[in-house]
Amino acid sequence: MDTVERPNWAPGDIDLGRPSIARVYDYWLGGAHNFAIDRAVGDKVLADVPILKNVILNHRAFLRRAVRFMLSQGIRQFLDLGSGIPTVGNVHEIAQATDPGARVVYVDIDAVAVAHSRAILTGNELVNVLQTDVRDAKQVLKSPEVQGLLDFDQPIGVLMVALLHFVPDSDDPHGIVADYRDAIPSGSYLAVSHAGYEEGEWDPAWDDAKTTYNRGVSEMTYRKKQDVGALFDGFELVEPGVARLPLWQPESPDDLDENSARFLGFGAVGRKP
Amino acid sequence: MTEQVDHRVAAPGRSNLDPAVLAGAESFARTWATAVIGSSYVPMTRAEVAAHLQALTEVLVHALHASPFRTAPGYEIGARLVEAHFTGTDTLGRTVQLLGDDLLGELGIQPDELMRSRLAALQGALAAGYARALRERTLAEQEAIRAAVLDARDQAEAALRASEARFRAMFTEAAIGIGIADIEGRILDVNQALQDMLGFSVEEMRQYNIRDLMHPEDGGSVWRLYDQLTAGECDHYRAEKRFRRADGEQVWTHLTLSLVRDDHGDPQYQVAMIEDVTDRHLLQNRLRYQALHDPLTGLPNRALFLERLGRVFNNRARHRAGLCYLDLDGFKVINDSLGHDIGDQLLVEVGRRLDHSVSGEGKLVARMGGDEFVILVEGSQDTQDIVNVADRVLRELESPIRIGGHELTVSASIGIVERALSGTTAADLMRDADITLYWAKADGKSRWALYNPERNAKEVARFTLSATMPAALERDEFYVDYQPLVRLEDSTVVGVEALVRWQHPEFGRLAPDRFIELAEETGLIVPLGRWVLRKACEQARRWLEEFGDAAPFVSVNLAVRQSRDPELVRDVKRILDECALPPHHLQLELTESAIMGTADEPLEALRALSDMGVRIAIDDFGTGYSNLAYLKHLPVHELKIAGSFMEGLRAADEEDAVDVQIVSTLVQLAHALQLGVTAEGVETPAQAKRLHRIGCDTGQGWFFAKPMKPESIDELLRR
Repeated sequence: MDTVERPNWAPGDIDLGRPSIARVYDYWLGGAHNFAIDRAVGDKVLADVPILKNVILNHRAFLRRAVRFMLSQGIRQFLDLGSGIPTVGNVHEIAQATDPGARVVYVDIDAVAVAHSRAILTGNELVNVLQTDVRDAKQVLKSPEVQGLLDFDQPIGVLMVALLHFVPDSDDPHGIVADYRDAIPSGSYLAVSHAGYEEGEWDPAWDDAKTTYNRGVSEMTYRKKQDVGALFDGFELVEPGVARLPLWQPESPDDLDENSARFLGFGAVGRKP
Repeated sequence: MTEQVDHRVAAPGRSNLDPAVLAGAESFARTWATAVIGSSYVPMTRAEVAAHLQALTEVLVHALHASPFRTAPGYEIGARLVEAHFTGTDTLGRTVQLLGDDLLGELGIQPDELMRSRLAALQGALAAGYARALRERTLAEQEAIRAAVLDARDQAEAALRASEARFRAMFTEAAIGIGIADIEGRILDVNQALQDMLGFSVEEMRQYNIRDLMHPEDGGSVWRLYDQLTAGECDHYRAEKRFRRADGEQVWTHLTLSLVRDDHGDPQYQVAMIEDVTDRHLLQNRLRYQALHDPLTGLPNRALFLERLGRVFNNRARHRAGLCYLDLDGFKVINDSLGHDIGDQLLVEVGRRLDHSVSGEGKLVARMGGDEFVILVEGSQDTQDIVNVADRVLRELESPIRIGGHELTVSASIGIVERALSGTTAADLMRDADITLYWAKADGKSRWALYNPERNAKEVARFTLSATMPAALERDEFYVDYQPLVRLEDSTVVGVEALVRWQHPEFGRLAPDRFIELAEETGLIVPLGRWVLRKACEQARRWLEEFGDAAPFVSVNLAVRQSRDPELVRDVKRILDECALPPHHLQLELTESAIMGTADEPLEALRALSDMGVRIAIDDFGTGYSNLAYLKHLPVHELKIAGSFMEGLRAADEEDAVDVQIVSTLVQLAHALQLGVTAEGVETPAQAKRLHRIGCDTGQGWFFAKPMKPESIDELLRR
């Protein structure tokens, strides 16, 4: 499919000549919902930064832990922003395993990811899929997919997993988070996982990864721990606060190793008081 | 989404396992979990992964010991690994290696030939099952993602089609005309509205270049802007533009032309939006026609006339122009007596006749309002041109007009102005025509009058004088001179005639003949006369005080209007009282017509004045038509014989016998009626001598003295 010629009528978002974040992630997660162009970029990035494979798995694992934590806090409706291709371990599977009545809205800008999600979710009335730019919170929140499924009088779990490092400062990530925060009721939760490193930890390979990513997939922004914490303005962070991704409520000591404390990314969950 | 992960993989006969073997299976499962975790993402905790793999291990244990031996369980385990998303490429390798290295040892099974063989068979089956399951899964997911791509494309395409259909519908169905042309002006497409508007089919339109749609009446800016637009210098413009339809009719449009640029910003297409405003245009024309025409006669109205006149002066295409300002004579009488309906019909017919008699280029007949019409003649050669028009109009109006059983004869007065355009203005022309019309009326109606600048200047001056007279009276611009009245017998000054003068700030010293008539017209003569009377009486009183019995009486002219002023007697009495002047020191001079032609009332006033002791003189006697019989009964004391009779008495060597006879007869008549006689206009010694011989009592004129200041009279009296 890498030689696919884009028909002149096709809108830019079904450009098969360009890799998509969602399909590259799917490839990294072991899925086959991807094309040669996606795999080429995925392989290139992994060649530059071999640990990235582990990074991706950790973001996915963080998603699972965060959703399970929210479920334990009584959250039964989720808004998964930047949900990507539903490869494996999807939010509705995790949530509905606990409570078959749990409701989920997936939002992604990738038309193919959304079309695929819709195809496999046909018949699941507790799950909606919306194709919109998640940066436009108002557009997302007023959409029929969200308004028709989520009850804004009940707490909502908002998930921004491996999302905000694709939102540059010029797009005002704080403002975007704040727009969602202002819309959800008290008692709601926000989970964020984000690529980043601490001052003084710089590894040139990360820059290569970033460059490869920027050029091949999407512009990426590393953020420091305190910058990730700042995204939770208006939330109360739950234990252990902003942590290296594997260190956020690990399920087993065996999941940790000597690299966990130097992991290239942070995770946190906050509660809107 | 993904297939359900079965966490409860139950090994058949699990309870049968020996606890030691079970513990071995548990231990192997943990090692297995550590080996494969990280090689694939599975949505399970480490403990869940270990539990899952333990179940698979137990299946293996049973398979190793099963009788008969089958490899199917190994195949199934491979499939289950893929099912649980152990899809990472390293997972299978590590699993197969681990089974070979550790399984038999962990389970405490003797690695004999049979077991090694069975294990190898199961490893092979597991690999085959894994490969087959992964291949199916991969194909399924590839199929799914391709389907998703097609789906997304279909949706995008559908959205695009819907959007294109919407735009196509907008283009096709728009009530406004839309046309698209390339940058060279070749027409590419036009919508139905534009085809209907211009009457050409789209195929016909495609034969055209935009420039073919040029209309001779297009404003220059339309095509100048077009050039700028196609050159990319402007992006759109609006204009009013006419198009010729296929059927030759004209369409008035409001045109908006926009430039469409390509990705590089270079001009690519031009899009015209064309709105048919013909109806609006025609309505505007009709409204404009209504605004500029008189609804009764259908003639141009005052506004249109003034517009045309203004244009004549702005263009100056011609050198001369003329106006006939026409007003019907006595129209008000017709209107009042026969009703407005008849009056209106009369105006319609007059309008028709005017229009009929004055046709041709450069001529305009307009109704200015009421019964006033005006004819504008542009490019006249000379005044005679306009006079000819006026003559024709008057002739045209001569034949009676029959309306509703009435046969009406109308006439008109016309003021004519004709002149070169340079040095004059439209307003001048109108004003002068209006004045001239007034002259035609004043001169007797049913005629034309020609504008005459001298006459106008005189009238302007008259008007200026009469307008400034009231203020002049307040500002004391008037003063009184006195002309002695001399007794012929001994040359004694017995009286003085008070003569009012106006020291005008602009025109200088003005004699009474310049302004008395005006004052009579305006009525100002009453306060002016009263002022002169008071001045004269005050002066007479001063003389009385200084000269006693030798003091002269003052003779003051009384205008006709004054003589009819009901306040006259009271005014005179009050002034005499206030000046403490004995009445016989005052003489009032009236003209024959003022006295003779009067009704009873003024006569009563004169009688009262006479009774009071005031002398009454008839001024300019002999020039009017005095009823001599009546004279006897009038309260008159003195006759002043008009200076015109003195002509024949003037020369030193010979006299005009008739004049002498007249004067002597008048003197005899006066004396017969016991009236005194004053001769006016005495200018020579011969006249004085002859008058004395004839018996005239008193003389007045330059021979004795010109009118002079009261101080000069003083000197005269002191001699």
